[in-house]
Amino acid sequence: MLKRYFENISWVDIFLRVFQIVAIVVIVVGVYNTVVAARYTSAQWATLVFAGLAQGSIYALIALGYTLVYGILLMINFAHGEVYMAGAFTAVFLAQYLSRIGFLDSNPFLGITALILLAASVSTAIAVLLERIAYRPLRNAPRLVPLITAIGASFTLQYTFRGLYGAEFRSYPPVEALQGLVNVFGFEVPLVQLVVLGAAVILMVALYLFVERTKMGKAMRAVSEDKDVARLMGVDIDKVIVTTFAIGGALAGAAGVFNGLFRPQGVYFFMGFFPGLKAFTAAVLGGIGNLPGAAIGGLLLGVIESLFPNLILEGLGIPAANQLRDAFAFTMLVLILIFRPQGIFGERLAEKKA
Amino acid sequence: MKFDWRVIIRNGLLGGGIAFYLSAIGMTELFSERYLIGDFFSTGQLFVAIGGLTAGILTARAYKEENRFSAFLKSLISGVISSIPLLVLIFLIQVLVVRQIGEDVVFTWRDMFVNFSPALVEILTFGQGLAVGIPLLILVMTILSGLGAILILLPSRWGKALTSGLIWTLGIGIFSENVRSILAEVTNRDFVRLVFQQKTLNPGAALVIFLVVAVISFFRVGNTIQSGWKRLPTPQQKQGRIVGIVLGIILLIVLPWMVGQFLSQALFLVGMYVMMGLGLNIVVGYAGLLDLGYVAFFAFGAYTMGILTSTGPLGVGNFTFWTALPIAVLVGVVWGLLLGFPVLRMRGDYLAIVTLGFGEIIRILATSNWLAPFEGGPQGILHIPTPVFFGITMSQPQQMYYLVVAGSIFIAFVTIRLRDSRLGRQWMAMREDEDVAEAMGINLVQTKLLAFSIGAAFSAMGGAIFAARVGNIFPHSFNLLISINALALIIVGGLGSIPGVVVGALILVGLPELLREFTEYRLLMYGVLLIIMMLYKPEGFLPEETHKRELRGEEDDDYIEEQPVAMEA
Repeated sequence: MLKRYFENISWVDIFLRVFQIVAIVVIVVGVYNTVVAARYTSAQWATLVFAGLAQGSIYALIALGYTLVYGILLMINFAHGEVYMAGAFTAVFLAQYLSRIGFLDSNPFLGITALILLAASVSTAIAVLLERIAYRPLRNAPRLVPLITAIGASFTLQYTFRGLYGAEFRSYPPVEALQGLVNVFGFEVPLVQLVVLGAAVILMVALYLFVERTKMGKAMRAVSEDKDVARLMGVDIDKVIVTTFAIGGALAGAAGVFNGLFRPQGVYFFMGFFPGLKAFTAAVLGGIGNLPGAAIGGLLLGVIESLFPNLILEGLGIPAANQLRDAFAFTMLVLILIFRPQGIFGERLAEKKA
Repeated sequence: MKFDWRVIIRNGLLGGGIAFYLSAIGMTELFSERYLIGDFFSTGQLFVAIGGLTAGILTARAYKEENRFSAFLKSLISGVISSIPLLVLIFLIQVLVVRQIGEDVVFTWRDMFVNFSPALVEILTFGQGLAVGIPLLILVMTILSGLGAILILLPSRWGKALTSGLIWTLGIGIFSENVRSILAEVTNRDFVRLVFQQKTLNPGAALVIFLVVAVISFFRVGNTIQSGWKRLPTPQQKQGRIVGIVLGIILLIVLPWMVGQFLSQALFLVGMYVMMGLGLNIVVGYAGLLDLGYVAFFAFGAYTMGILTSTGPLGVGNFTFWTALPIAVLVGVVWGLLLGFPVLRMRGDYLAIVTLGFGEIIRILATSNWLAPFEGGPQGILHIPTPVFFGITMSQPQQMYYLVVAGSIFIAFVTIRLRDSRLGRQWMAMREDEDVAEAMGINLVQTKLLAFSIGAAFSAMGGAIFAARVGNIFPHSFNLLISINALALIIVGGLGSIPGVVVGALILVGLPELLREFTEYRLLMYGVLLIIMMLYKPEGFLPEETHKRELRGEEDDDYIEEQPVAMEA
């Protein structure tokens, strides 16, 4: 029995198993050392977790756009980070204006809603335009072709907005109503992080209800199951795909404003690149094509990023752990995909369709 | 075709929209002083002109089949319409920006739309003021549209002659600096002065170029030569081909001395990307493994070279370039295996994102202070000596050019031999269908790892040469853009095709180097080029046969039906 088991596994499996064990040992040792050394107080850990959740909810909103498009077209919309940038970059001007006339402080709710609406509509417009010009003609092309188109679109959008709005760094104005700390379970948490997290969760729930309860949502699910059969059932494929891009764009635009509230600095034409990459990572982490997976993957990635460098790397005695933050996010991605090649919530799609 | 206002209006707005876009992002204004011909036609004006030409060409194309005269008239209408977006732009600038000048306002529109400047209005109205300038603009756009229509509507021989004349003249105008430096190397100074005044073409010279190209095109000189060649008997064709190859080699050898230092550096870069592209071509083109983290191996090669040969504090062992090169390649192989191992079970997009992750991890690690004692962290590795070849120090780009050409030829040779070997066929079988390949008895683990490690070896070789050329390497040079560039160039050239890699590198690496003066807009053009290429020629410029069939959507069945015929013949 045991002999047969050993005959059936190859040395690749053994290697991967050893790799998994080593990874777990490294993580456990790192965590153990940090915890034993008691380098940080529980309040500091809580700060890191909430900052991670807020950042993660932004990743999650962008990741939903990736995963929606992937679920339906099976393509990586590499330019999605730029869709996010378009909304955030445009809304920064309105934010500065509203702040200067005092509206953002007198009516923070209305003001921020206006920002979100502007950012979401710009991002939606860009996403729909992108679909129409760059992706629709390539719908039946082999996979690499839309990927390269998306990379091209990404450059084009970055430098279009650079040309339009300039290369300077802009920043969102501080919103007075969002300053200050709130007490959550005995920990002091910045209000803005809670607001961002809460608003993002509301949007995600709304998306979930839309996909599950409405007719359009049903059509989207049908198209992602099987495009041809859906068409035979009378679903307007083009309309569904445009809606998908529009929803993804709107969520990305909203994420752009949330990001501006959370991290006001650094609004410029290249700002979408790394969040886009991270969000894509989050989508893959959760199992690409899976909506709850993208949401959880985003939140998880945010928390991993903010918590683990301190938790693990410092425990292992690696200096300047925060420099390695981004590397860590990708390392976790690699590890998780080695454990579960289809992502956390993914079905075994990869074998069939990829 | 029925008379359809919508087509005319749409084409007009599309053409005008292009001009609007180029003006709104600042290209028109930035290049309004960069003259192409004489001192009256500038690149900025060309960008606006493209709008009118496009409108005319599109409309003329739509109505070409019917009465030519009415098609021409319709194109003129499109031309009038194509000025509307520009008028809107002028109006916006007047209302938003010009009105605010000197006034104390809460929100300055110019702060948002940085390129909506009064100077742009002046360019669009030819400096004549609004009252004269606007009608003039409409007139010019209409004339341009008519010109575009003429190119389409003339009998095709005339149209083609005019088009190629225009393209060549404008092309030489745009690349004037490079053409000038080449002319300066191969001819004397007087001739250069005859063709160019400062940076721009002499109007007379422009006319001569236009006429010469148009005449050559009109009399189909190219076709005549080609058909003459085909009529030659086979042995002579064979001899001719050998002569061609010899000429090609001679050209490769003398090229850097013809084009000067700056272009040699560009050629060096092209050669380096050819080396990388050939390596990535094995991984993506042959084995079908989408690798977005290819830059990692390039970085390993460069850092190995840096650490082994540097004369600075980080240098270990004081190797020479020639002894360090094989070690760098070996390091590439080892890392190819190490990074290939964890991803053996991943497919498609998961593989792509994990390799991308590897690339980023390696760059971030290289930047971090943690590893700084070994490889310099953000300060990088300095003082990497240039290679010495039999006593010649290769400090000039021209000399390094020979090195990359030699490297590329070596890699191309290895690639061709591999492609036609058992291993190459295994790769391609795996690319087409992993499961079937495995069922046919192909050892996927071995085949995949070989693809990763051989691809990595080539990339590391390129990286090592790169390090020796630039002398100082910094981690931020090894970013995702290099991976993307390498992937894009093999796809633009034609996936799986070796000449395609060269063509792709020339277009995506060489061309942007020539367009240096376009600064930040280079990447914009790069992006637009990628999109257009994928929309209209997804199989690349020089596609490999299998890929061409796949990408053109031809059914495999047709291919099978054709096979027996070919075999009988």
